[in-house]
Amino acid sequence: MSFPLDISLSSRHFTCIPAFLGFPFRKSNSSFHFTVSVAKQMITQQEPDLNLNHLKLYYGLLLPVFSVPLFSVSKYHNLYCFELGLTSLQRFLFSFPQESCFLLPIYADGCLMATKYARLCYPCSFLKSVSFYAKHPGCDQSYMGRREFSFTLVDDIYLRFQSFNNAHELENSVKEKSPVKIDIGPVYSVDPAKRHAYAQSENNVFAPVERELIFDIDMTDYDDVRYCCSGADVCLVCWPLMTIAIKVIDTALRDDFGFKHVLWVYSGRRGVHCWVCDGKARRLSNEQRGAIADYFRVYKGNENSHKKVSLTGAALHPFLATSYTNVLKDYFEKNLLTGQNLLATEERYEKILSMIPDESIASELRGRWDDSRRSSSAKEDINVVRWEQLKQLLQSGKHKAQGLRRCVEEIVFSFTYPRLDMEVSKHMNHLLKAPFCVHPKTGRVCVPIDPNRCDEFDPTTVPTLSQLIEELNYEGSRSDVDGELNRTSLGHAITLFRSSFLQPLLKVCKEEIENSYNVKLQQSKNSLGW
Amino acid sequence: MEIVRPQSRRNFLSSSSDAVSVPTIPLYRSAPSFEVRLEEFESFAIDRLRVLKGISDGMSRGKKPEEMENLVKDLWKVNMRHQDASEVLNKDIISHFALRLVYCRTEDLRKWFLSMESSLFRYRFRLLNAEAQRAVMEEFDLPYRAVSSVEFESIKEKLGQVARSTGQPSPTADAIFYKVPFEEVPELVAGRKVLISQGYAYVAMNQIVSLVATLFRSQLSKTLILTNRKWTSSVREQEKHRLTPIVEAMCASYLGPDYSQSRECADISLKDIDQVAKSSFPLCMRHLFEKLKEDHHLKHGGRMQLGLFLKGVGLNLDDALAFWRAEFSKRVGLEKFEKQYAYGIRHNFGKEGKRTDYSPYSCTKIISSTPGTGDHHGCPYRHFSEENLRAALSRMGVNSRAMEDVIDKARNRHYQLACTLTFEALHGMPCDAGINHPNQYFSDSRKILQSKATGYAICLVVRFVIILQPRVFWLLQKIAAAALLRLLVGAYTRGLRDNVVKSLCIFQSSSMEGVGILLVYHLGSLFERAARLDILCSIIFICVAKPLNRLYVNLGRCKMKSFKYKNVTLG
Repeated sequence: MSFPLDISLSSRHFTCIPAFLGFPFRKSNSSFHFTVSVAKQMITQQEPDLNLNHLKLYYGLLLPVFSVPLFSVSKYHNLYCFELGLTSLQRFLFSFPQESCFLLPIYADGCLMATKYARLCYPCSFLKSVSFYAKHPGCDQSYMGRREFSFTLVDDIYLRFQSFNNAHELENSVKEKSPVKIDIGPVYSVDPAKRHAYAQSENNVFAPVERELIFDIDMTDYDDVRYCCSGADVCLVCWPLMTIAIKVIDTALRDDFGFKHVLWVYSGRRGVHCWVCDGKARRLSNEQRGAIADYFRVYKGNENSHKKVSLTGAALHPFLATSYTNVLKDYFEKNLLTGQNLLATEERYEKILSMIPDESIASELRGRWDDSRRSSSAKEDINVVRWEQLKQLLQSGKHKAQGLRRCVEEIVFSFTYPRLDMEVSKHMNHLLKAPFCVHPKTGRVCVPIDPNRCDEFDPTTVPTLSQLIEELNYEGSRSDVDGELNRTSLGHAITLFRSSFLQPLLKVCKEEIENSYNVKLQQSKNSLGW
Repeated sequence: MEIVRPQSRRNFLSSSSDAVSVPTIPLYRSAPSFEVRLEEFESFAIDRLRVLKGISDGMSRGKKPEEMENLVKDLWKVNMRHQDASEVLNKDIISHFALRLVYCRTEDLRKWFLSMESSLFRYRFRLLNAEAQRAVMEEFDLPYRAVSSVEFESIKEKLGQVARSTGQPSPTADAIFYKVPFEEVPELVAGRKVLISQGYAYVAMNQIVSLVATLFRSQLSKTLILTNRKWTSSVREQEKHRLTPIVEAMCASYLGPDYSQSRECADISLKDIDQVAKSSFPLCMRHLFEKLKEDHHLKHGGRMQLGLFLKGVGLNLDDALAFWRAEFSKRVGLEKFEKQYAYGIRHNFGKEGKRTDYSPYSCTKIISSTPGTGDHHGCPYRHFSEENLRAALSRMGVNSRAMEDVIDKARNRHYQLACTLTFEALHGMPCDAGINHPNQYFSDSRKILQSKATGYAICLVVRFVIILQPRVFWLLQKIAAAALLRLLVGAYTRGLRDNVVKSLCIFQSSSMEGVGILLVYHLGSLFERAARLDILCSIIFICVAKPLNRLYVNLGRCKMKSFKYKNVTLG
């Protein structure tokens, strides 16, 4: 019981300390005391091999450890605890047998969190409804067992082709392996875990049979049209690009293709994912998926071609036309033009001028803008003024050349139209991160986005895991499992997911199963009759 | 032969008699139950194979639909006629089922057959008149009805918009539209050529070919798998002595070479890859290579395209890892490379994951890829803008006259022809086969460059020998002759006969026959020792064919005799 140490911790990372020392601390403000000897005693009792050096090492590691955000949940020696660091030593130090520590509420919460994590990560994939209706005689019992899951563990270890027969198995596996990321793959013809056994036979029957239609839109693909950030960063200035993408694609999926169960999810860092879960969508072939992806594809540029969007023909396809008038135009003029300062500097407006095929118009505009830079009136936003000039010049009656007619639209499309990651949508066996995962780098939860209110979505306020833990800690009382998370800042997301996506889907699935079962019953009855 | 199937094909027989006047297309739903002579089985199949091969060539040349239509028409007329008019339909059916047996056996064969047969069907359907087209549609038993006039009125405006967007006139009130689930017409959906609303596509009469062809394709795809099952389970054993040999021999020649294993001649080591990239890589690979050197990074599509190509070129796994590591580590660091990228490279070599040894991408695959922002892969002739293509070509060293031809071909979407022209301009040699594969470009280029290099070296040594002769530096001359001999032998075994003959001619004309004789003698004994009678023979042939001195020939003959082969006669 000697020299007390003073350790300051930022409040968001405090949670592991009490577990390690066995002190029944709950939320502590900024600092607390502990004694090394107590810790040492505890450790040597439980782990005779462990000597003081480890402890010192641990002590040395203490601060760096806690500067790492909490992101995954692990189970070790019957104790669930939050895993912080990346090295095995750290993992070891946080994994004492249950008896050595007082199990704090936070750990019970952590345990719940793991359960939640497991429980929440798969419903979109139809699994829940299957486990839900598994007792129904018309249901395909093997369906869930044929679904591929893929775990990414710490240190980038990938575990592909995991499969689970029910939610319970999945939950256990998640707790045991504590993946930092869970991906969902297709439903295969046979259990993917046993694929090698089937590969031995002459005709390989192992092939994907069902998969949600998925879309992945990534902000990095927009790097040539946003000036606020680049690469993996996003901010509120460029986020509207994602809002546009959600609006355009969502409308087309529902109105054109007639899909009903569309789920939009924030990918945790810089983009959005879309899951289309209608029965019809799940059974599309690769070719049909490719066709839908191509239907959405307008942006055809790569690094080496000049013109990124080219719209030909006397009219726009109705889908493009409605997207343009309902979404793209407004967002471009009201939001991106000024937000991104698309025409403010010479370098930026040159980029737009280079998209005008008629050199004389381009040079005329260039001349005007060069002048206006010197005599800046600054009354109205310079971007808006210039855009109006450009529009007026291009759309005025005297320029009727074929290429010019579409030029304004082409510019707007280049700067706003959604850019899909085509390969993700084209193939059934592409993996996609499960909703409600926690992004390993940012710690943000992949929450669903309401497409009807996607304007209000703000990626910077999405709850992080550490924030959730804190909130759970505050809560204290845990009367029921469901109520628990609902009271956190994730509550809204969960409600949204349940009410606007999961319940309608479950209802339809139930009807589907019952209908097919009734048909089958009817058939078997008929065949029995003489 | 008799292919026994439970279902009879009464349909075809009955319809063929009354439908002679209207040419129609059978849907090949079930195999014919009549007897076919073995010779017919084979010859019909070969005739149809010619048609399919022609289509495949046409497609890889990037022909436009109208050109393809004419091509198919001609091919069909030439190959599929029969002296007996009533037998034409039977020939069609028999040849189809024969080839179905041939091409059902592996995934690749099925894929090729499926795509060729579908295009054949598509263009034949387009050639039919409206009445016959309707007849075929009826035979498909499409459950779709034409859009009613009330519904038509409600969507008329949008239909007009779609029509104008594809450059067609707006539909009139009597135009027929079919309302079909969008999944049935993926091709039209992908091109935004139809109006889609609430899950249904509105297909105009002139677009119906797409719907029918898709149906045909899916039907054929299913039956091919069934045929394969039948083949592996019973037919192969039963027909072991009759059909199996025919079937197994027939498909072999039509798949093109497989570049997944590198050629023996093309072993490239890491140190000369830079130089080889400049001289022998096709533009697509050269561009990727240069970008990699510049940015020290490539996105996934580029890594795949270049990585597999390099594998085909002969870079082994260790070299490949070293190559990528050297570049990537400059940008992302060594640790990240080992973590994120090394796996993919090993995966390409079949050392990870599924453990498939992937083959390099062909031109068709590269042309059809869809590079996005930040991507450098794809076919430059297709995906580059004209300015960028010009710049890239001039960097490669294509002169301005050839450049115009190349650009012209690229503009008309003959990407592979453009690449072939580039090849010809850079190598100064015709490339008759055309470029179908980046690795083919590479190996052809290497062959030409090596032959040029050897030719140059031989000329040098020959000159040297000639210069030395009057000075009677006998020793030096001997050394030079030995060097020349080695060069010649190397050139000869690599198939560069012309060089050997040329050098012999030089000797003859420069009154240095002594050296020439010496060379032929040495060559002869060398191949004699190696028991390569074939090469020896061809040397003698060359000597006979070219206006070379009798001495050479006699010498060769003399060598010949020492072989004591009985049946060798000199032509």
